[in-house]
Formats: sequence, structure tokens, C-alpha cells
Amino acid sequence: MAAANQPSPSHPADSLMGLAGPRVLRLLIAAVIAIVGLVAALVLPLAFVLIAACGLAIVTLASRNARLQRYAFQAAFAAVIILVGRVLVSNLTTELDKTNLESLPFVDLSGSFPFIDFSMDFLDRRAGFGLPETSFGQEYTENNSYGDAYLAGLLNTLRVAIIGIFLASIVGLAAGVARLSNNWLLSKLATVYVETFRNVPLLVQLIFWYTAVILKLPKIQDDASFLNVILISNRSVAVPGMNTSDGFGLWLLLLLAVAAISIAVWYLRNQSQETTGKPSYPAWSAAGVFVVLGGATFLLTGSPMTFELPELIGRSHEGGLQVTPEFTALLLGLTLYTGAFIAEVVRGSIQAISKGQTEAASALGLNGFQRLRLVILPQALSIMIPPLTNQYLNLAKNSSLGVAVAFPDLFRVTKITINQSGQTVPMILLVMVTYLAISMLISLIMNVLNSRVRIRTR
Amino acid sequence: MRTKKLLIGVAIIAAVLAIGAIACSSDDDDDGNGDTPIATDAGDNGNGDASGSVLDEVIARGTLVCGVNNSVPGFGFVDADGNFSGFDVDFCHAIAAAVFGDPDAVEFSPQTAETRLPAVQTGQVDVLIRNTTWTLTRDVATGLTFATTTYYDGQGLMVRSTDGFTSVDSLADATICVLSGTTTELNLADRLPGSTALGFEDNDTLQTAFIEERCDGWTSDKSQLAGRRSEFPAEAGGPDSLVILEETFSKEPLGPVTIDNDATWSQVVDFVAIGMIVADELGVTSANVADMAANPPNVRVARLLGVAFGEEGAAAFDAELGISAQFMQDVISMVGNYDEVYEANVAPIGIPREGTLNASWLDGGIIYSPPWK
Repeated sequence: MAAANQPSPSHPADSLMGLAGPRVLRLLIAAVIAIVGLVAALVLPLAFVLIAACGLAIVTLASRNARLQRYAFQAAFAAVIILVGRVLVSNLTTELDKTNLESLPFVDLSGSFPFIDFSMDFLDRRAGFGLPETSFGQEYTENNSYGDAYLAGLLNTLRVAIIGIFLASIVGLAAGVARLSNNWLLSKLATVYVETFRNVPLLVQLIFWYTAVILKLPKIQDDASFLNVILISNRSVAVPGMNTSDGFGLWLLLLLAVAAISIAVWYLRNQSQETTGKPSYPAWSAAGVFVVLGGATFLLTGSPMTFELPELIGRSHEGGLQVTPEFTALLLGLTLYTGAFIAEVVRGSIQAISKGQTEAASALGLNGFQRLRLVILPQALSIMIPPLTNQYLNLAKNSSLGVAVAFPDLFRVTKITINQSGQTVPMILLVMVTYLAISMLISLIMNVLNSRVRIRTR
Repeated sequence: MRTKKLLIGVAIIAAVLAIGAIACSSDDDDDGNGDTPIATDAGDNGNGDASGSVLDEVIARGTLVCGVNNSVPGFGFVDADGNFSGFDVDFCHAIAAAVFGDPDAVEFSPQTAETRLPAVQTGQVDVLIRNTTWTLTRDVATGLTFATTTYYDGQGLMVRSTDGFTSVDSLADATICVLSGTTTELNLADRLPGSTALGFEDNDTLQTAFIEERCDGWTSDKSQLAGRRSEFPAEAGGPDSLVILEETFSKEPLGPVTIDNDATWSQVVDFVAIGMIVADELGVTSANVADMAANPPNVRVARLLGVAFGEEGAAAFDAELGISAQFMQDVISMVGNYDEVYEANVAPIGIPREGTLNASWLDGGIIYSPPWK
């Protein structure tokens, strides 16, 4: 270490433990001490932890040895945290004992090591309740288990979150750019949209979309149809779906090859554009190749996919792809609410790019759209992504408001399971961990994207 | 630097002492058992502690805290002025009349389907009278005590009369609106496994969806359906546009609920309800209770009203519930007997008592009381 011979007590990494040796070893020792301390604190009586914390605090104050002070301060701090946790946990367990909810103690201090009973056996029990919709082709009936119901809720949440993030990004980008437009009407419209949707609570918006818009669509018997292709009613909106037959798998494989060829075309045309400086329309060429070759292979494999039109049978739409009003209301609410925030992120990021960039692009002879796509947006993107991540996280978490419009999302299924099985504490912990995992996954993806964007532009 | 550290140290000690004070004070309450943590709140009832009955607390407080429904007309409903009314609500009044001689010494605490049981467990309410079904799990595992059944209910299905559904089976593949997280939701899946259950958080959003024909049927306890039907908005067709199908596909005995391990209090709640049924059987009503108390026609009436019967100087019967021996006089004169409460609340929403399970056993029903002796 370069600064080893200099006294540097303020450097956090050095002062944390104050021990010699490689950093990994020190971390290991710290981890062992932490675990031993935690276990000891859980086993030892409350009063003992209290006395230890007091003693350590006194040592911190009285000692004149700087290193000892640091140790004692850390230990006293840890003791206080453990004390608070200990009081909360034992409060929970004794209250549960009082109510005879024997199946509940998830954290069982009276039991043997390791104190935490991770038995989630109840998830295998028959659920007994149905769900009005599932996602990604999952089959679920009331004869499936609580675990399957939980999965169905999770998939429903993911479906609305993924589609919502996609649509909100488009809406936000369009509105953000429109707000900066020179077209007076367009920019004022965008302003009205952003200010309205940003400033009305999401729950109110969801109830509005569900009860005042979606449920007011035509009743199922007199559903509106668009050329018999799209059927609209307040029970479902149905669009044509796909039916696959033999050869579909083969066609998909061939399609992959076609996609590879198209990318190669795009790459080559792009290179030629960059070397010659003449526009070679790489995207258009690639798309053309993809459509022509894709169509050819489709016919070669014997047209393995047919469209299926939805129809009204009895009191429901059959065939095709159907979207329930609950899903539509939630998706609409999440998209427009988050889109308004994203619009502001987009606007701010664009305005953060120096005006000289726009002027230089104009000087090069680029038109408005080219300026935006080739010069401004690529630079704005690197500023945009961190605040955008926040918005995506908000959207994913806000999807739990779907309970207000009867959408069977993760939180709804959790609440039903709690009511039917009585397993409050395990289910709440499980759903918290699940939302945490979803959020961290989004953060991870966005961080990867962020680092890529930054490398390319700076 | 030194001052800063000192400040931090003082802050830590203050925090530790504060937590310690909380922890220690609760230790004192619990006989110095160092492992016992703080109680949930100051209003804790000391559940399971034989020495302090909820009855003592209620008397000391001067009001009864009664958990009720606020959205089921006829059973527990709050009107625009904030007044509670209904069959269940009248039993709250009856208990208050028995304990205090004042039927209005009640504080109503509206409970949802999800909060009602924890409210009893934590002592937030003294008694829960909110169309709550008596089940084995709730009685045993959830730690509750159910008083006598005051209303025999069962799950039914309500449909629009124009839709042409005539039996529960005809809704085999229909969409049905239901309150989610209830036993109703499970019964529906058992009875109509092919149907689509659309679960709502609250009755009001559910009714909106039902009016817009998002679903074909609405399932719930028949008493609740009758209540919602009686208040169905005229713009949406009014009560006559709806039919409650005849079939009942579950057993739902409803009654007052108290916390386990408090026999003193549970018996007061239980025997106030039983006393109202006895009064119905004996023909004691709010109109004639004063005369009957002054001049009891037979020994059974005398025992119910806690007055002497027979030769001069004979001792009056005392139920020994820890409240006034004449408590049933107050209950009947101030609130009424079972039949009066039923006729005032349930009959108006379209469920006459005659011919149902809730008729007296003397009239072919199953409302039946143990002997009052």
C-alpha cells in the first residue's frame, strides 16, 4: 500500500477493521465476527445485549486509544441494531403465540438453530381458488397449488410490467420530443398531457380507466367489431391470433438463418455507407431481405401458420388473442402515468446537450429528424438512462395497484393466499423478496445498458 | 473531532437507554421474564390472561367497541349521516344495553373482510358482529370464540333477470364476480369449477362491474345479496332487475365473535344473544316486557327477566354473568327480542323470516335456545 507509512485514519477502507493483511482476509474476518455476533445476540437474553451495547458505548467515550474507539463504536452500533431487530422479532413471535396461530412462526426463536424456519410447505397445498387470467400460456385452475397460483401472479405482473415499460418508453420519448417541438400545438398538447398525468394519483387514474372508460365499452352481446377482425366489448378486446401446424418449428429455424443474413446485409451496407459516405439505406435493405426471404421460406415449409379470427360464442370471445379489461386498464394507467414522467426525463436530457451540437449538425446539412436521431438522441441517451431506470422500477412496483381493478397480479394472489392459508408472515416476506428481485433485475439490465451507451459515446 | 465523537457517543447511549427502558418496562409487566418483548400497544387487552376480562375493561371504559360491517344493508350499514343500522348492529346495541343499561354506549368500528379477525385477536374490538362464518379453523387455529349462531346464511348467486339464467348450473362457464379472499371465493370454485371468478377488493367496484355487465353473476352470502339487491340503484334497473337463484351451495352460520380464553366476556356476549331468542320463544317483546317483569306469567319468564316468582320473598334468578341480574329487561325494552330485531332489519331487505332456517324451532326453523335455568 502506497500510503502505508503515513497516518491516514480517515480512510474508510483502512479504518474499518484496522487489521493488517489482504483485503479479502479482512472482509472474511469481518463476516465471521458479524455472523458470530448476530447468532450470539439472538441466543443471549435481551438484557445482556443491552448491557453490552451500553458498555461498548462507554468504552467509545472513555477510551483514548483511537483504534479501540473505532472497534467499540462499530460494535456498539451493531449491538443497537441487533437490539432493535431482536425486540421486533420476539414481539412478533410472542404476539403470534398469543393468537394460537401455530403454523405461523416463521422466525422461531424458541426452536433450535438456525432459528429461521424456511419451511414453505404450504405452497404445495391445493389453492382452491380460480384466477380470471394467466400469462405466457400458463395453465392454472383451482386444483393447482398455492405455489402455482403465486407463479401465475408473478407472470401476470411480469407481463404487464414488460409491455408497460415498452409502451411507456415510446409514449415518453414521443411526448418528450414533442414538448420541445417548434410546432406550437404539438408542444402545448404534450405539455398538457405531461402535466395532467403526472399530477393525478395513479390509483385515481386506474379507477378512471377501468370504471369510466373500459367498462363503458359495448356490452358483450352487442360488441363492436372492426371488419370482424377486431372485436371490442367490456369483457374482452379480441384480435386475430395465430394457429400453428406442422413445419412451424422448421420455419422458425429458417427464420433465424434469414435474420442472420439480414443482419449481415445491414452490417455490409452500413460499412459501405461509412467508407463511401453515400447513403446506402442499411436498415431498409436488411428489412427487405428479411421480408422476401422470410416469405419465401414460409411458403417453402408449407405455410405452417394461419391467422385465426376471434368470434363471439355465447357470452365470451373465442379464438384469437384476447385482452381482459382489467389488464387493459392497468396497462393504460401505468403506461400513460409513467410515460409522462419519462417525457420529462427525455426533455431534460435533450436540453442538457449543448446547443452547439444542434447548430453543428445543422451546419453539416442534416435535417431536423436526422439531427435528432444521429446527433442529439445518442448523446442524450447516456444522460437519460439513470433516471429512466427509476421510472422503470416505479412502473414495475406500481403494477401492484392492479388490485384496485381486479387484475390478478402478484400482490393480489399473495393477499388471497394469506386470507385462505393464514400464512401471513411467510407470504409477505416472499412477496417482498420477489418484488426486490424484479427491481434488481431491471436495475441490472439498465446498468449494463448504461455502461454500453457510455462507452460508445464518450 | 473529539466533540463530534462525544456527541455520537451520547446519541448512542440515549438510543440504547430508550430502547432499554421500553424493553425493561415490559419485562416488569411480565414477571421479569427477560425474554418477553413489548406489547403491541397500550390498549392491549391482556388476552389469555384470566385475571383481566374484557368485561372489566368495557365497564371501566364506559363504551363497547363493536366491530361491524358498514356496507351490507340490513346487517351492518352506515347511512349518509354516519348512523349504523342493521341486524348485527342491533346485537351490539343489545350487549351495550345488557352491560350498561344504555344501548347507545357503543363505538362502532367498521371492519373489512380482511381486517376483522386480526381486530379481534389484537383486542382492537371487544366483539365482532360482522356476518362472520363460524368455521373450525377460525374457532381453533385462529383463536376465536363463536357465540350462538344468530343467522343461518348460505351462499347464493344473483343474476340479472333479463339474462335468462334459471339455475346455478346454467352459469357453468359464465364470468362471476366475487369478493376476493373470502370463503365465498373457494365455494364458487368448488361449485362451478368451469366458471371464471373475477375477484374484487370491495363491493362497490364489484357492483360497478356487475352493472356494466362485466360479469354474469354475483355470488355472496344470500343475506348480503339480498341487502345489495334492495339498495340496487334505480338507474341500473333497481331491485326488480335482479334475481337471487334459489340454490344455496354453502353453510354459513353467522354469529358474534370474541377472543379465546376469556370465558367471562364470551358468556356475556353469548347469553345476551341467547336471551333474545328465549324472549322470542316466550313471547316477551319490547312492548310487554315492563308488564311481564312486574307480573311474570310463568317461572320461565321470571327467570329470563331476573325477577322473583311465586311466594312472597322468593329469591330472583341470577344468571351470574357479572352484570345486572335484570339485564334482559334492558335488552328487550331497549332493543327488542330476536324476532323484533329480525323484522326491523332483515325482513325489509326482502328475506321474510317465515319458512326459512331462521324461523323459530316452534315454527319449523332452527333458531333454538338452550334452557334458561
